[in-house]
Amino acid sequence: MFKYFPHTESDIQKMLDTIGVKEIDELFLDIPRALLQDRWPDLENSLSEIELRQRMEKIAAKNKRLICFAGAGTYDHYVPSIIAPLVSRQEFLTSYTPYQPEIAQGTLTYIFEYQSYMTSLTGMDVSNASMYDGATATAEACLMAVQDKRVPRILLAETLDPAVREVVQTYAKYRNIDISIVPMNDGITDRNALQEMVQQPFSAFVTQTPNFFGIVEDHSEYEQLIHANQGLLIMNVDPSTLAVLKSPGEWNADIACGDAQSLGIPMHFGGPHLGFLCAKEKLLRKMPGRIAGMSKDVDGKRAYVLTLQAREQHIRRDKANSNICSNQSLMALWVTIYLSIMGKRGLQQVQESSMKNAHYLYEQLIASGHFKPVFSNPFLFEFVLQTDLDIKDLQKRWMEAGFQGPVSLSGFDPRWLLFCATEQRTKAEIDAFVKAVEVAK
Amino acid sequence: MNEYNRLIFELSKPGRCGVSLPDNDLPYEMDHILPSNLLRQSNTLLPEVAELDVVRHYTNLSQKNFGVESGFYPLGSCTMKYNPKINEEVVANKAFQSIHPLVCVEHAQGLMQVYYETNRMLSSLTGMDEFTFQPFAGAHGELTGLMIMRDYHHSRNDHKRTKVLVPDSAHGTNPASAAVVGLEAIDIKSNPDGTVNIDDLKTHLSDEIAGIMLTNPNTLGMFEKDILVITKLIHDVGGLCYYDGANLNAILGIVRPFDMGFDIMHINLHKTFSTPHGGGGPGSGPVGVREDLIPFLPNPRIVRTDQGYRFEESDLSIGRVARYYGNFQVVIRAYVYLKTLGKSHVSDVARYAVLNANYIKESLKKEYLLPIENACKHEVVFSGLVDKTTGVTTLDVAKRLLDFGYHPPTIYFPLIIKEALMIEPTEMESLETMDSFISIMKQIAQEAISNPELVKTAPHHTPVRRIDEVLAARKPILRYQDHSKHD
Repeated sequence: MFKYFPHTESDIQKMLDTIGVKEIDELFLDIPRALLQDRWPDLENSLSEIELRQRMEKIAAKNKRLICFAGAGTYDHYVPSIIAPLVSRQEFLTSYTPYQPEIAQGTLTYIFEYQSYMTSLTGMDVSNASMYDGATATAEACLMAVQDKRVPRILLAETLDPAVREVVQTYAKYRNIDISIVPMNDGITDRNALQEMVQQPFSAFVTQTPNFFGIVEDHSEYEQLIHANQGLLIMNVDPSTLAVLKSPGEWNADIACGDAQSLGIPMHFGGPHLGFLCAKEKLLRKMPGRIAGMSKDVDGKRAYVLTLQAREQHIRRDKANSNICSNQSLMALWVTIYLSIMGKRGLQQVQESSMKNAHYLYEQLIASGHFKPVFSNPFLFEFVLQTDLDIKDLQKRWMEAGFQGPVSLSGFDPRWLLFCATEQRTKAEIDAFVKAVEVAK
Repeated sequence: MNEYNRLIFELSKPGRCGVSLPDNDLPYEMDHILPSNLLRQSNTLLPEVAELDVVRHYTNLSQKNFGVESGFYPLGSCTMKYNPKINEEVVANKAFQSIHPLVCVEHAQGLMQVYYETNRMLSSLTGMDEFTFQPFAGAHGELTGLMIMRDYHHSRNDHKRTKVLVPDSAHGTNPASAAVVGLEAIDIKSNPDGTVNIDDLKTHLSDEIAGIMLTNPNTLGMFEKDILVITKLIHDVGGLCYYDGANLNAILGIVRPFDMGFDIMHINLHKTFSTPHGGGGPGSGPVGVREDLIPFLPNPRIVRTDQGYRFEESDLSIGRVARYYGNFQVVIRAYVYLKTLGKSHVSDVARYAVLNANYIKESLKKEYLLPIENACKHEVVFSGLVDKTTGVTTLDVAKRLLDFGYHPPTIYFPLIIKEALMIEPTEMESLETMDSFISIMKQIAQEAISNPELVKTAPHHTPVRRIDEVLAARKPILRYQDHSKHD
C-alpha cells in the first residue's frame, strides 16, 4: 500500500481479469528481457512526510537569505501577499494548456488580460501568452526578425546583459546567423560604431532598457539609424520600469521582449521567471507561441480561445521557426495579478521608491571615498561603481553583515561592481550596508 | 463552475487602490533624475481596484477552470497525475524562494544540492550519466538535445550530418525542434501500430544522418519491440539516438532509455514527476546524456567537489540555453516526489499506469474502435466510435464528456489514427474513478445512437459552450484595447 496508489489487491485482480492476463508483468512482455534489470534504481527508500519535512528543512538551512543589493536581471521587488494563494488554486495550478476552452475560461481569460497588460506597458500591438525567460524571449525575437527580414545578421548592443547575449548566440549558431556586438561608450551604445555597422545588411539591433549597467539610453537616434537601414529595433526591457520610462512603442521599436520577473515574481534562484514577447501588428504572423483571443460561444456569450494556431510549431512542423509549446503560463498569471493589485499608481511608486533608494545608495557610497562612478549617463535604480578595495574581502564583509553585495562585473573590468536597490530596501539598511564598507577597508 | 464573465479592466474605478507601500522621503525626484524625453508620456491600462476586488476576480476566474483535483483528467500524452501538496509546501519555503541566482555559491548550497541530487536520481532511473536542468520545457529540451547532437558531430569534424529521422507518429514538436536548430527532419513511415517501419528506416540510412528522435512507448502507447535493432542501425551509420521522454511514465523503473541504446534524452518533469502543468507551464525539460557527451551540456554545470557544490564551465559546451540554471521551483517539486516514492515505489508507477490503461482499453473496446489489439502501455488510443453511422465525431464525444464533469482525452492525435481519442489514466486513479468514466463513455456511445443531436451540440452545462474559433481567427481581438471590434 502507498498513498499515491489506490490499488487494492482485489482491484488489481478485477482489472487483470477484465484484461485477461494473470499478472501485471504480462503487460510488459513486449520489452526485450535483456533490458529488464533489477539492480537499479539507486534511490533511497520512500520518505514519509515527517521525514521529508525534516530533510527539506536541513537543505533549506544551507541557503542563506540576505538583504539584497544585487540586480543584474533579477530583482528583489515587493511580492504582494494575495498572489501566491490565488496562483496556488488548483484550478490554475494543475490544469493543462487550455485546449478545451469550455472548461478553461479561467486560464484563457487571464492570458487575455496578460496580453492586454503587456501590450499596454510596452506600447506594442500584440503579445503572446508568454515565453520561458527573458534570454530565450530575446533569442526568439532575433529568430523572428531574421525570418521577417531574411538577413542572417543580428546586432547586439554591448550594453545588453552578457548572459542574454550568450543565449542569443547559442540559438543563432545553429541557424548560421552572424552576431555582431555594437561596442559601448560611457555605458551606452556608441552611436558612431552603430552607424558604421548598419551599413552592412542586418535584420535587427537589440538594445536593453534600462541597460545592463542600469542606464536609461536615449533611443531616438538608434531608431532612426535602424529603420533608415531597413532593420528592426528590438528592445529588451524591464517591464516594471515602463510605469515611468518611455515605452518601446513610444520609441517606435518593432519588438519588445525581456524578463517580467521584476513584476512581483520572487527571485526563485533564477527560475521560474517569465519571458515576454510583444510586437507590432505587422509581425503578428511571425510570433511564436500561444495567443488567446476573444470570441463568442454558440449562445453569443463572450468567450476566449487559443487562436491563430497556424503560426505554431505543431502545425508548421518541419517549417517551424520556433518550437515553443509549454511556456510559463502560471507566471503570466502571477504577473497579471501583480499588475492588477499594483495598479498604475502602485507600479509608479515601486519605480520612484527604487530610484530614490538607489540614488541615495549611490551618493553614500561615493561619499565613503572608496567608490568612483564609471559612467556619466543617467540611471534609474542600478548603477556601476569602481573600487580599489579588495572585492573578495568586501563581498565577504557584506555577507557577514547579512547583505548580498553588488554583482561583480569582472568580465568588463575587475574593479567594477553593479549595485541595485529596490523599493524593499530601507534607509537604515542602506546606511548599514555602506557602513560595512568602512569595516572592510 | 460559474457564470462570472468580467475582465479586471471592467472593475476599475478612479480613486481605488490595491496596495499600500511605505512612504519614501528621500529627496530625489524622477524628473530631476531623468530628462523628460526618457519618460513615459502615454497612459497605461493598469486598473484602480481594491484588494478584495482582485481576490474575488481571480477566484471567480479559477472556478471556470478544471484542474486535476476537480476530477478525472485522462488527457493522453500529458500524464495529468495528481500534484502532491507536500511538494507545494516545500517550494513555499522562503529559503528556496527568495534567493538571488547570482548569490555566492557558499550561500546556495541547499539549492545546488537539490539540483545535484535530482540529477543523480534521474540518471539512475534513465541510465544517463548527467542531466542539465536549463531547459524550461520538453520542447526546450529537444532543442538542447539536438544542439548537443549537432555539436558532437561537428567536434569530430563531421559536418555533413544534417538530417534527423522522425517517425510520422511522433509529437509535432520533434520535426519543429529539428527545424529550429537547422536540421532537416526526415519522416519515417510507421507500421499500423505506430512502431517504426524498419524497412523504411533502412532506406534513409546514410552518413548524412545526425540521429533519430524516438518516443518509446510511441504515441499509440506501443513499445518498440525492435528498439535494440533500431538504435544499432543508427549507431552503425554514426548517428545518435534521442529519446523523447514524453512517455517515460510508461516505463519508469522498468527499463532505462540508456539500455535501449539512447544517447541523449529529455524528461518532462511536469508529466512523469508530478509537477503541476500550470495551465501551460512553467515546466522543466532536463536533458540527460551518456558520459562522453557531458562536455557538450549547457554552461554552467553544477558539480560536487570536496568544498561543496560549484558551477563549472566546459569549452565544448553548446553554450547557455537559459539566463540562469532552469526552473528551480519545478525541479525541487520533482525532487520531493522522487524522495516520497523512493526505491520502494518508483517502479510501481509504470506498472499501475499500464494496468489502468489496459483496463480502460478492454472495457471500452465494444463501443470505441480499437485499432490495435496488443497490450498498450500507459495510454490507449481509440479510433472514434465503433458505430460510424451516427455522424458523432471524436470531438463531439469529447465535448459531451465535459457535461459529465470529466476532462476529455486528447483528441485527433496521433495524426496517423483517424478520429483519435487518446486516454491516459495515470497510476494515481482508482478502479472506481475509472469505472465511472467507463460507464459515462458507454452512455455517450449509446446517446450517439439514440440522440445524436444531444452529443453533437454538447457541451450544455459548462460556463461557456462551443466557441466560434473562426471568428477569433478572422477578426483577432488579442487585447482588451480592441475589445469592441466584434460589435
